[in-house]
Amino acid sequence: LDFGYHNIVIWHKFPRNYDPALHPFEVSREYTRALNATKLERVFAKPFLASLDGHRDGVNCMAKHTRNLSTLLSGSCDGEVKLWNLTKHECVRTLQAHEGFVRGMVVRYCGASFFTVGDDKTIKQWKMEAPGYGEEEEPLNTILGKTVFTGLDHHQKDAVFATCGQQVDIWDEQRSSPIRSFTWGVDSFSSVRFNPVETELLASCASDRSIVLYDMRESAPLKKVIMTMRSNTLCWNPMEAYYFTCSNEDYNLYTYDMRYLDRPVTVHMDHVSAVLDVDYSPTGKEFVSASFDKTIRIFPKDSGHSREVYHTKRMQHVICIKWSSDNKYILSGSDEMNIRLWKANAAEKLGVLAPRERQAANYNQKLKEKFQHHPQIRRIAHHRHLPKNIYHQTKELRVMKEARRRKYVNVRKHSKPGSVPVVSEKEKHVVTVVK
Amino acid sequence: MAKVSKKKVSKKSLKKSSKGTAKIAEVKPDVVYDDDGDDDEEGLYNADENITSEEDEDGEDERKRHKLLEAISAIGGKRKKKLGERSEAAVQMSEFTVNAEGEGDKVDLSDLIGTMEKTSAVPAKAKKQLKNLQRSTKTIECPLSKQESQRIQRDVAFQKAATEVTRWKGIIKQNQRAEQLIFPLNQEPSGPKPMERVVTGWKAKTPLEQEIFALLSANKQPIHDPVLTPTEEASMRAMSLEEAKIRRAELQKARALQSYYESKARRERKIKSKKYHKVQNKAKRKDFVKQFDEMVRSDPAAALDELNKMELSRMQERMSLKHQNSGKWAKSKAIMAKYDEGARKAMQQQLEVNKELTQKLVTSLNDKEEEEEEEEAEVLPDFVNDAEQGLDSSNPWMRGKLSEEPTEKEISDTVVLKAEGPGAGGNTVVVVEEEEEEEEVEETEEEALLREFDSRRKLRQAQETDIISADAEEKKAEAGDPDTSDKEEEELSEFTSLFQGMADSRREAEAEQAEAAADASHTDTSAQLEEGLMRIRTLEDVELLSQEAADEAPVQPQEPPATENLASATPKAGKNRKRKRGIELKTVLTKEAKVIQVPLAPTVEDTEDSDEKLDQRGLIREAFAGDDVVSDFLKDKRKQEDAGKPKVVDLTLPGWGEWGGTNLKPSRNKRRRFRIKTAPPPRRKDQHLPSVIVSEKRNSSISLHQVNSLPFPFQNHAQFESTIRSPLGRTWNTERTVKKISKPKVLTQLGAIIEPMAREELMKDKKQASTGNTSIVDSRKRNH
Repeated sequence: LDFGYHNIVIWHKFPRNYDPALHPFEVSREYTRALNATKLERVFAKPFLASLDGHRDGVNCMAKHTRNLSTLLSGSCDGEVKLWNLTKHECVRTLQAHEGFVRGMVVRYCGASFFTVGDDKTIKQWKMEAPGYGEEEEPLNTILGKTVFTGLDHHQKDAVFATCGQQVDIWDEQRSSPIRSFTWGVDSFSSVRFNPVETELLASCASDRSIVLYDMRESAPLKKVIMTMRSNTLCWNPMEAYYFTCSNEDYNLYTYDMRYLDRPVTVHMDHVSAVLDVDYSPTGKEFVSASFDKTIRIFPKDSGHSREVYHTKRMQHVICIKWSSDNKYILSGSDEMNIRLWKANAAEKLGVLAPRERQAANYNQKLKEKFQHHPQIRRIAHHRHLPKNIYHQTKELRVMKEARRRKYVNVRKHSKPGSVPVVSEKEKHVVTVVK
Repeated sequence: MAKVSKKKVSKKSLKKSSKGTAKIAEVKPDVVYDDDGDDDEEGLYNADENITSEEDEDGEDERKRHKLLEAISAIGGKRKKKLGERSEAAVQMSEFTVNAEGEGDKVDLSDLIGTMEKTSAVPAKAKKQLKNLQRSTKTIECPLSKQESQRIQRDVAFQKAATEVTRWKGIIKQNQRAEQLIFPLNQEPSGPKPMERVVTGWKAKTPLEQEIFALLSANKQPIHDPVLTPTEEASMRAMSLEEAKIRRAELQKARALQSYYESKARRERKIKSKKYHKVQNKAKRKDFVKQFDEMVRSDPAAALDELNKMELSRMQERMSLKHQNSGKWAKSKAIMAKYDEGARKAMQQQLEVNKELTQKLVTSLNDKEEEEEEEEAEVLPDFVNDAEQGLDSSNPWMRGKLSEEPTEKEISDTVVLKAEGPGAGGNTVVVVEEEEEEEEVEETEEEALLREFDSRRKLRQAQETDIISADAEEKKAEAGDPDTSDKEEEELSEFTSLFQGMADSRREAEAEQAEAAADASHTDTSAQLEEGLMRIRTLEDVELLSQEAADEAPVQPQEPPATENLASATPKAGKNRKRKRGIELKTVLTKEAKVIQVPLAPTVEDTEDSDEKLDQRGLIREAFAGDDVVSDFLKDKRKQEDAGKPKVVDLTLPGWGEWGGTNLKPSRNKRRRFRIKTAPPPRRKDQHLPSVIVSEKRNSSISLHQVNSLPFPFQNHAQFESTIRSPLGRTWNTERTVKKISKPKVLTQLGAIIEPMAREELMKDKKQASTGNTSIVDSRKRNH
């Protein structure tokens, strides 16, 4: 309870009569309020906060600090790693980590050091603190691998990390050779991620269009699903142990239940080009995706379409994306060497809200939810400006999809009943599950 | 296994071929076993199987073939042997070229186990098992291929992982259903943390720190984990939490009570109402008298002390001329009253104050008088009664003049002075007694009590004349005897003698008398009270009248206050008449007031109301004289109804099928044929509503805002409509409800890192499940 002056005045001084006869037209009045709230939301939707520039090549990977909200790490295509202070929007440290791309990057769970992998076949561990005066910028550890590493992830609690390249390796931090390596008849993996909840499980995306599941304690992989196109990255839901979402080359994202890989739980469509990266919000309710079509989209985890699309004129192909661990910001790294800071909730007021302000915001939110199906409110709430090419491409894709559907319906109509089965959208994209 | 899988694959391929569209087939997800690597082996297996089956089919051919093979092998036999010898030189040949016995034979299981049976150390059970093993002739199945085994391994591992992950199902479902989720999930309680948790691994480095720590340790002060010193801990252990709580509660209660009492006392002290204090004092006195009674019975000595104290206080009260109008101020006012309205008013107020006091006095006096009358009707002179008859006035000054002979009264006063002077001895105060009516009122009960007490004392002690005389005086004081006659001294003696003589009898009859007196006083007081009220009212009325409508009011009623004032200010002879007149006027006034007040008021109001109503109606009629709204409305409605009715369409064309011309009409038959009547429309909704027009046209501007299909999560229209109908705002809901309704689904804290779901969450959930407390609400609480 807040006992601010205004609250006391408004709630306690004036007793209200709630007789409905005295307050008529509640639906229409609330509808008007909802309409106004929706319009205001659109008015206040200014998601772009800042752009962090300083890299001299495209930003290839990013990592969130596990203990510090204001620190961000980014690795670029020229092997440079930068540490950023997000509150000040400035780079606090730069180090030349690798020759060639920095492929993967992860902060250790304690936040004291971080690992990078690069095209120079090395895994390097770095201190989070900058070297003192006169000291040289040197990694704590360097592991020379036999092949190029393309991805990296760290265990949630133990001193264990996983890399992927030609195979998926599990490393102990203390050893220079992997404690376990998994291969399953494919030559290249693009991404590997630990499950943050069931911390011994991993998943990886392979170049043979498959997603493979592993258990760190087992000697063999668990299962894999082969899809129609290659998945670029995947991300586990941090609140729901068995769900993960993968970003696919076929413009879609797929959320899977790891127990039932034969069909995705949801297909998220809206991008008009390959989806390159995906990251869950720490609440596990939404995720954000970065695409080759130069946009960022935010999807509710169980919705087929995005609730938000972010783009700017200058932002090129977005390669990596992160959702900050306080659920308020989104960070995107793109081809044109910039890292961009966005609000996760475009119209949300940042900073501390007065109690009445908060109440009004909550009430407006509920009103918007209540009347979301009304056409005018829907129209305003869903309207987004899109770059011309994306807009047209979306239209084109829609037409293509419609044509395909029509053709399929026709084929079905003109063939023997039962010979052409109905295949749902979810089933279409899964080729097979391999045990 | 392998075969089965193969079959599946082949089936699938068959299916594929059967399907017309390869594309769709390719899309179709299916479980496929990873057999890429072991195609060759499968082939081999298949070959073996084939061989065995052929054997079954045609055994003869097979035998021939075998023979052939044997023959072939016999040819090359020698060479093979040689080779064997060469390769296994160490085993088969000793360096001394001595052959071992049974060199080429196979080693049998029995050979190895043979020794076992002889040794007694091996348990019988093991021996038995071995024997069984020897007897069995089954061949062990060949081990699975690497791929096979791996697949099984994977399957098992996956099942394990899947079950492990499924444990989270409950929590996930719960969180999905939760009305509100607050992140971070398991927040640490805010507030200061203990020192040792904040600075882990901190050590005293500087000499100062070291010194401090040395001191602390020397004094047995806590440094690390426990924040309490050993003594504090001991004290903590000494008292349990429960006890402490109880004690604290008690203390709190005591403190609260005290504060209540204090505040109450303060409040009472602040009350300005004299009446209140009077009542209060009276009650206190009553209590005190009761207590005193008790004390007299139980502890006479203490009672005597009390008595003395009371006596003293009474004297002090009487000495102060508190409620007399004899003060300087009063006198000056009395002089000014003639000319100054304000002064007169002030005097009036003063009189008001005094009036009550005098009333009280009167009652008490009456009581006492009656008592005395009962007791000693003969002894008391007549004029005492006479004086009491005229005690109606509110003016204490009037009291004295109520007696028929004012001169006499004055004389009596002086007489009293004379008489009591010597009688009192030390008590010079008694002079004032006469006019100290108020005090009288207050002390009547005390006096009664004192009387009783004194009589007892008299009985107990030897009868001393001094005391007796004092008593007598006291009694006089009680009686208040304002008008004692010349033979006062005699009376005094009579009084004393009477008291002395009747002491016993009085004591016996005390209770009865008291009751009787009480009854009498009750009746008296009630009557007086009424009167007094009446008078007060009348006085006030008079004042009001005089203030408000000095001109209108008749001359006669206006006079009395002034005259009264004058009378009160100057207590002189000849005021009896005036006073009497005043009383009469007042009574008249009161009667009039009563008559006026009660019956007239409502009738007047009624008439006014009706007038107003009429006026309003008239006004409205005037204002809307020109337009008859009702008939207009009805016309409108009829018009709309007519417009809604289907019209008969006449399609007859003159001249078709018959002659046409200026004066020719189409035939009735034709007209009937071509007039088309449409079906009557459905009934209007406002059919039975005389004062309403319901438009049934669809309004396109509204439909723009309406939902035209049932949205997804809703099952039917009623559901959706009910959700829309229930308002959320604080105009329609109570504050609490609004808060509850408008809770956001996900609440995050600014600047707080939200960690992924931890395993502890699962443990908590399990614990709850074990205690049988798995309701959603609880778990939600826990989550928050």
